[in-house]
Amino acid sequence: MRVLLVDDEAELVEALAERLSLRGIDADWAVTCKDALGKLDTKKYDVAVLDVKMPKLSGIVLKKEMEKKAPGMGFIFLTGHGSEADFRAGTAEAGADYYLVKPVGIDELLKKMKEVVGE
Amino acid sequence: MRLWDTIKPPFRDSGEDAPVASRHTFDYRRIWKLAVLLTGGVALLPLIVITVVNYTAMQQAIESEFQLRTARIVSNTRRAISFFLTERKSALDFIVHDNNLESLKDPERLAGVLSDLGRSFGGGFVDLGVIDASGYQVNYVGPYRLEGKDYSGQRWFEQVAEYGVHVSDVFLGYRQVPHMVIAVRGDTEAGSFYVLRAALSIRPFESLLSNLELSGKGDAFLINREGILQTPSRHYGDVLGELPLPVPEYTPQTQLMEESNAAGEELFIGYRYIEEGPFILMVIKKKKELMKPWARIRLELIGFLLVSASVIMAVILGMSTYMVRRIQIADQKRVATLHQVEYANKMASIGRLAASVAHEINNPLAVINEKAGLIQDLFRLKKEYAQDERLLGLVDSVLASVERAGVITKRLLNFARNLEADVEEVRIEEVIEQVLGFIGKEAELRDIEVRLEVPEELPPFECDRGKLQQIFLNIINNAFAAVDEGGRLDIRVEGKKNDFVVVTFEDDGCGIPEEDLSRIFEPFYSTKTGQGGTGLGLSITYGLVQEIGGRIRVKSRVGRGTRFKVFIPARSVGKEERV
Repeated sequence: MRVLLVDDEAELVEALAERLSLRGIDADWAVTCKDALGKLDTKKYDVAVLDVKMPKLSGIVLKKEMEKKAPGMGFIFLTGHGSEADFRAGTAEAGADYYLVKPVGIDELLKKMKEVVGE
Repeated sequence: MRLWDTIKPPFRDSGEDAPVASRHTFDYRRIWKLAVLLTGGVALLPLIVITVVNYTAMQQAIESEFQLRTARIVSNTRRAISFFLTERKSALDFIVHDNNLESLKDPERLAGVLSDLGRSFGGGFVDLGVIDASGYQVNYVGPYRLEGKDYSGQRWFEQVAEYGVHVSDVFLGYRQVPHMVIAVRGDTEAGSFYVLRAALSIRPFESLLSNLELSGKGDAFLINREGILQTPSRHYGDVLGELPLPVPEYTPQTQLMEESNAAGEELFIGYRYIEEGPFILMVIKKKKELMKPWARIRLELIGFLLVSASVIMAVILGMSTYMVRRIQIADQKRVATLHQVEYANKMASIGRLAASVAHEINNPLAVINEKAGLIQDLFRLKKEYAQDERLLGLVDSVLASVERAGVITKRLLNFARNLEADVEEVRIEEVIEQVLGFIGKEAELRDIEVRLEVPEELPPFECDRGKLQQIFLNIINNAFAAVDEGGRLDIRVEGKKNDFVVVTFEDDGCGIPEEDLSRIFEPFYSTKTGQGGTGLGLSITYGLVQEIGGRIRVKSRVGRGTRFKVFIPARSVGKEERV
């Protein structure tokens, strides 16, 4: 399973990517949208985990851009803002697969990713 | 005082000692006083002035009416008496000129004259006597035996001799019957004189005076100039008695005066000196009797004034109280609304603050979570750490703490989000739990036992989650304020009863005194004045309950605790669509 993690908080994505790698998952990370879209050119991913609120570009817009470049990807949104229900309502039109509120346990995230990929 | 307590306006007490609200609002007591005084003054003053003017004018009119009537009676009667006397003097004068002494000495002739006088003048003449110049009565006709009487040296005789005529007072004389005398002088051819003397009964005067129609227990009689009664009176003594009143001063006209008698009664006296004789005509009326009709009019006037003044005052008091009460209610509503808006703003600010704090904390928390998780992963993979229980324990504890912090920030976010929520599907136990999650720490710290009882299978219903949350927050906050350390708060949710879900909050706190109980939902009613209470918490709660279409009831006993029951309309989810 190939995963792309996007969050403006480098400390977070770095650690998360390493933890996922330790669990045998091919995880890359990016801290800017440009970076993230660039990664799509070189590699095909199964799932993207996006922070909703990032400087310059929101996760929702980023998701649309990414879908254009690489159709068929799964998306999981992460946020530190608002409750899960709130989050879901706000991102409903974006049509992500899951919405998780930070901080998230690694096992839960892993479970959701597997569900998205269909493993 | 008890009457005053029941009718006094409710804003009567809003003075310096009144609760907080009055500092932001008008001085109703002053407005009320001003309204009552001004309208009362404007309405009553003209009424009083007109009544007083009317009163005096009427009194004067009635008095002068009586004066005029009395004066008319006096002068008419005087004319009659004067005419009576003049007529008789003229008759006697005619006789002495038509006859001479010789013929009048003839008893038959004199008797004929007396009978002619009686026929022509209709009584009054009692007898006739002829007296010669020496004062000796030479001839007499009449019912008494007075022939040969000697009148020489008597004053009246001398007066007649000198002035030619004399009208006497009423006296008893030789015959011991009250009578008066008119005497005229006749001259003889020899140059001497004689006197024709007629005695007159006072009966004509009596009948004249007693036939007068006098109101006011009136009395009409004659006195002489020494104050001796010349005719009998009704109230002031019989003929020849002395009048118990001073003799009025001489004036040539009819005169009116006021005097009081021995009993202190005010008298109204009209009098006239009669020029033809030594008499004064007196007409005396009692003022009290005279003014009797006035007393009735006066009573009516004063009664009218009192009744209309009372009605006006009652209307003014009622209207002023009603208007000022309206103003007060509107004013209180205004201030309450202002506070409610303030409260809503405050809640919104708290919500925003909570949300941003939670968000700001969530991001570093997520980093800690991942870093600690990575450490845990690395330890587990590397053999030298995998067995180190202490290190793994430390990491576990960091992760557990992160999870705890995460629960708190999620609660904060939930709470903040719900403050601005609209009508949506709610699970009541979820709302209560959220509120308890938000302020439950206080209960924990103060060792307050909070029990929540929710029936199983309570279906979710549609309601304004934010308002519900605030209602519960306020009531639970109040309960926490009322209970002591180690106290208890029972929250029971009862299933639908007539489309209402009933939530009961029962504490074992200090309770609310009965006199406060009926007022606790009023805005600004606070028993925590000076302790930071605005007196608005429960009034806002009440307003919120009404806004969601519910009801709130309270029961309390001092020292035993308080029970709030909130009835929440529970519209089933999707019901609207089905209808």
